[in-house]
Formats: sequence, C-alpha cells, structure tokens
Amino acid sequence: MSTHSLVRDDVQQAPEPSAPAKVTGVAGIALIVDLIAIALMLYSVKLLRDYNHGNTASTIVGVILLLASLGPLWPTFQGFLGAGKRAKLLGDKQLVAARRAAARGREDTAIGIGYGAAVLIVAGVLLLLLTNSGAVADTFLRIDAWRQSFNEEIHAFWINVWVAVVSFILVLIFGLILAIMRMLPGRAGAPLRLIATVYCDVFRAIPAIVTVLLVAFGVPLAFTFTQTWNVAWLGVLALTLTYSAYVAEVYRAGLASIHPSQTAASRSLGLSYAQTLRAVLVPQAVRRMVPPLMNDFISLQKDTALLSVAAIPEVLQVAQYWESKLFNLAPVTLAALFFIIITIPQARFVDYLINRDAAKRAGG
Amino acid sequence: MAFLEINDVRKSYGHTEVLKGVSISVERHEVICLIGASGSGKSTLLRCVNQLEEVNGGEILIEGDTVTGAGVDINRLRRDVGIVFQSYNLFPHMSVLKNIMLAPTMVAGVKDKEAREKAMTLLESVGMAEKADAYPDNLSGGQQQRVAIVRALAMEPRIMLLDEITAALDPELVGDVLEIVRELAHDGLTMLLATHEMGFAKEVATQVCFLEQGSILEKGPPEQIFENPQEERTQQFLSRVVKSGRL
Ligand SMILES: Nc1ncnc2c1ncn2[C@@H]1O[C@H](COP(=O)(O)OP(=O)(O)O)[C@@H](O)[C@H]1O
Ligand SMILES: [Mg+2]
Repeated sequence: MSTHSLVRDDVQQAPEPSAPAKVTGVAGIALIVDLIAIALMLYSVKLLRDYNHGNTASTIVGVILLLASLGPLWPTFQGFLGAGKRAKLLGDKQLVAARRAAARGREDTAIGIGYGAAVLIVAGVLLLLLTNSGAVADTFLRIDAWRQSFNEEIHAFWINVWVAVVSFILVLIFGLILAIMRMLPGRAGAPLRLIATVYCDVFRAIPAIVTVLLVAFGVPLAFTFTQTWNVAWLGVLALTLTYSAYVAEVYRAGLASIHPSQTAASRSLGLSYAQTLRAVLVPQAVRRMVPPLMNDFISLQKDTALLSVAAIPEVLQVAQYWESKLFNLAPVTLAALFFIIITIPQARFVDYLINRDAAKRAGG
Repeated sequence: MAFLEINDVRKSYGHTEVLKGVSISVERHEVICLIGASGSGKSTLLRCVNQLEEVNGGEILIEGDTVTGAGVDINRLRRDVGIVFQSYNLFPHMSVLKNIMLAPTMVAGVKDKEAREKAMTLLESVGMAEKADAYPDNLSGGQQQRVAIVRALAMEPRIMLLDEITAALDPELVGDVLEIVRELAHDGLTMLLATHEMGFAKEVATQVCFLEQGSILEKGPPEQIFENPQEERTQQFLSRVVKSGRL
C-alpha cells in the first residue's frame, strides 16, 4: 500500500451505536395541545348552543364535535405507552428494540399533536363565527337571506356557466391561432410573430376587469350594431380576448417541453415540420397541456363574476342587489358558495392528473 | 466521384469551431468508422450529413449532387440518409409498429398494409416481432435501439449514419445490436458510424477516421490505425481506450 492510500481505516473509528430518541417530552406536549383544543371546543360548542337557543340540532352537532375532539387523546396515550416501553427495554439493555419502541411512540405522539392542532383550528373558527353573540354568522351566513335570494341567484349563475363554457371554447381556438403565429419560423414569420407576442404581452398586462369595462361599454359605442346584442356576449368577448393570451402561452410551453431529440428523430426520417407537429409533437404535448388548460378554465369561471361591473345580470350582480335590499352579505356568500361547489371538483381533478403524470414519470 | 463526399466541412456554434475542415469520401458499400474522444465532433459531423445541422463552410455531396446550402430538398435527402441516435429517440406515444410505419406511410406514400408487412418482416429479422404492439417505454435499451435501427431501415436509406448507438446500453445488450450492424455491413449497406467499440470497428470498418478537436488527424484501413498508428495523438487515444478495457 502506498502512503497516499484512499482507504483510511486507521483514522476512521466505528461510531457509537445511536441511542433511542426521547419520547416522554413530546408526548407531554401532545397532551397539552389536546387538552387546550378540547377546552376551546367545549367553549365554542357552548356558544353554538346559546346562539341557536339550545335547540336539538345544535346540541347534536355540539356533542359530535366534542366527541371528535377527544379523538387525538388516543394516539397521545399510545405515545406515553411507547415511552414506558422504551424505558423498560433500555433497562434490559435491548438497544434495538428500545429504538423501535421509541420511534413508534414518537410517531403516535406526532399524530396526537397533528389531530389536536386540527381540533384547535376547527374550534377556533367556530369561536370566531359565534363570538360577539354571533356577529360574524349574522353578517355572512343568514339562512333566511339565503332562502330569499337562492332562486334568483341560481338562475343568474347559469349565465356565469354558459359564458365560461362558450368563452373557453373560443379561447382554445383563438389561443391556438396566436400560438401558431408565435411559432412561425424564419424572417418571413417575424412580423406575425411580433404581432402575436405583443398581443399576448398586452392582454396579460391589462387587469381582466379593465378589459371587461372597456369592451362592455366601449364596443357598443364604437360598433353600434352590437347594441342589439345580449350584453353577456360582450362579456364573452372580453374574457376571450384576455384568456387567449394565457392559453397561447400554455400551447407554446407544452410544445417546447417536448425534447428536441423527438423533432430530430422525426425530421431525420423525412417528415416535414408540419408533419412532425401533427404526428409527433402535438400528441405528446396535449397530455402535458391539459392540467394548465384546466387551471386557466377554472380561473376563467371565477372571472365571469367580473361581468357584474358591466351590469350583466350574472350571479354577483344579483347577489349585490339582494345584499343592498336586505342590508346583509349572506347573498354574496351564497354566490361564493356556488363558485366553490363547481370549482373544487375541477381543482381536485387537475391535481389528480398532475399526480398521475408525476407517478408515471417517476416510474420511468 | 465517391458515393458520399464530405469536402472541407466547417461548423461553428457561436465562436467555437467544432468542425475545422473535415473531408471524407465514402464509396458504395463502404463502412467508415469515426473514432475519437468525446467532444471531438463525431455527432456534429453525422448531423451535418443529413442536415440536422447546417454547415458553415465546405460542402457535402451524395452521388455528385450537393446536399448542403440553400434550395436543397431536405426532406427528400433525409429519405436517402437514415440516422440512428445514441439515445434511440423512439416516439413514446406510438407502438413499436407505428414507430416504424410512420415515415413510410406519411412520407413515402406506402400503403398501410404494405408498410405493416414490411415493418413486421424487419422486426422479425432483428428478433423483435413479438414486441410489435409494445410501447417503447416498456422495452429495454437494447430492444429500443433495435427498433430504432429498423425504423430507419424501413425508409430504405442508401446510407446509414449510426451515432454511438451502443454507448447508452448495458454491456450485455451491446452484442445483439452490434450483430445487426454486422449483418447490414455484410449485406453491403453503406454506413458512416461513430463508435467507441474499437474491437467492432476493427472488424467491420473498411476505413477508420480518427477525429481530434474537429479535424481528422489520421485515417486509413483499420489494421493500420489500430496496429500501427502514425500520429502520437492517435497512439495516446488508443492506449487510453485499452486501459478502459474497450479493446
Ligand atoms: N448545439 C450545440 N451548441 C453548442 N455546442 C455544441 C452543440 N452541440 C455540440 N456542441 C459542442 O461541439 C463539440 C463536439 O460535440 P459532438 O459532435 O457531440 O462530439 P462527439 O459526438 O464526438 O462527442 C463539443 O465541444 C460540444 O460541446
Ligand atoms: Mg456524440
């Protein structure tokens, strides 16, 4: 062996066997968190019953909430058991077994803390709603106000739905045209490339609400034949102009994400650029475009509420009418609820698609 | 005039000159091996031949007709010049069979049924017939590379360019792929190939070119290059290859 040997057994000592982690301390913290959460929940449930004048429904809900808030005590208790086991095994000099018991105990404890914290948050939110003898609940969540405005609002919401769907179909088409313009090659394509680029930059820079105002009030003045149109169509126009700029970007990024070696392989077989696009690039890119397109669709649905500034009778416009009539915000909360109900499943679906693709890529 | 003439070809990326005046002439049925260190310009040279890269100087002729510069029908040229890449580059969204049939049906106008039969025959000849309906991601590297060779052959190219086609493969898969190239050489297909497999080059090459920093430093029949290299740089390169266990 030379003096410059890469292997240095002589100076590298074997490490001490690692000791089992401590458990009792964290279990104590878990117990404190759990107890505070239960106490807070008890108080919030009392407020809930008071607010509802002690009726049966509120009593049942209160009992369920209280029982649920006891849940985190069980894993915390398991954590304490683990701590005891660890101490006993350590006394018997069973190091590995003690380490495992400690690890399990800490995991149980962590669960106790996590669920305890969740109870704390739920109880806190409930408290916030009911404090001040229910001021928050009275402002946002009045059931009688919901009952009165529900029919008109759900009818108005239909406008939001069809405006969103029609706009997005137009956006998919117009965005594609913009994307193709932006990808035209060579000097011949330069002017169209520039126009498309400027368009995308400008319409992504203007706040959507400004575009809605300009289109809804400006277009009927500038193009008088549109005065006979249903104003919702002007909303469609404004949203299409705005979202096409975003969607063009999604198309472009999707195609750019396909590795250049795919183009090289296709072109080297004699396929033209257009054939390469059609047979090789687009089919691969579409899969990657779907989640960002869905995301844009979701934000477009929410932005249909912007049409309220143009006196288009969509859901927010109607909700605001009821708000001023009842001097209460509950009708607006109801509009928010409609958006939540249609948007959340879509958002979950996008996440599912993204996770599925990620899993596929990780799997090779 | 040789079948393929590469005359004083120059290629730069920005300010770095990657090919500094390379000349090679390839006769019909010849198998020319390009050897040289990584980064010496082998891939770039091959990509220039089928115009995946534009040359900055010199010219390339196939059967006396220049294929570089403006006005050349690139798609037509590429039907005659097949290329196989180190990283296979199969189309992952198509089955093996569709990968092979794509160019014949789309570019050469071959009927679907005919293209399918041809593809199956080719797949059989490389022992891949039972994988016709599989997707590239479910194949081993060696299997993917065999499909990639077949995909290029399906266009009936007059010359094949092979760019280190075994470099990404596990050692035990190299043999199957090289066996196919050996057969193609035996059948008289004209080939220009970059390789690190010196033993293989020695066996199939009619001529070996040693590329060093964008220039051909030495060329000649394999016996001369491998057993009696004239240039000191060639000797150094080969002795490094011997140390790495590749010869
Ligand atoms: N697209 C590119 N842009 C800039 N430099 C490149 C590009 N492709 C290759 N090169 C450079 O050209 C040189 C030759 O590369 P390459 O032809 O791939 O060599 P080899 O195939 O012999 O390993 C290398 O120095 C590499 O960094
Ligand atoms: Mg290379």
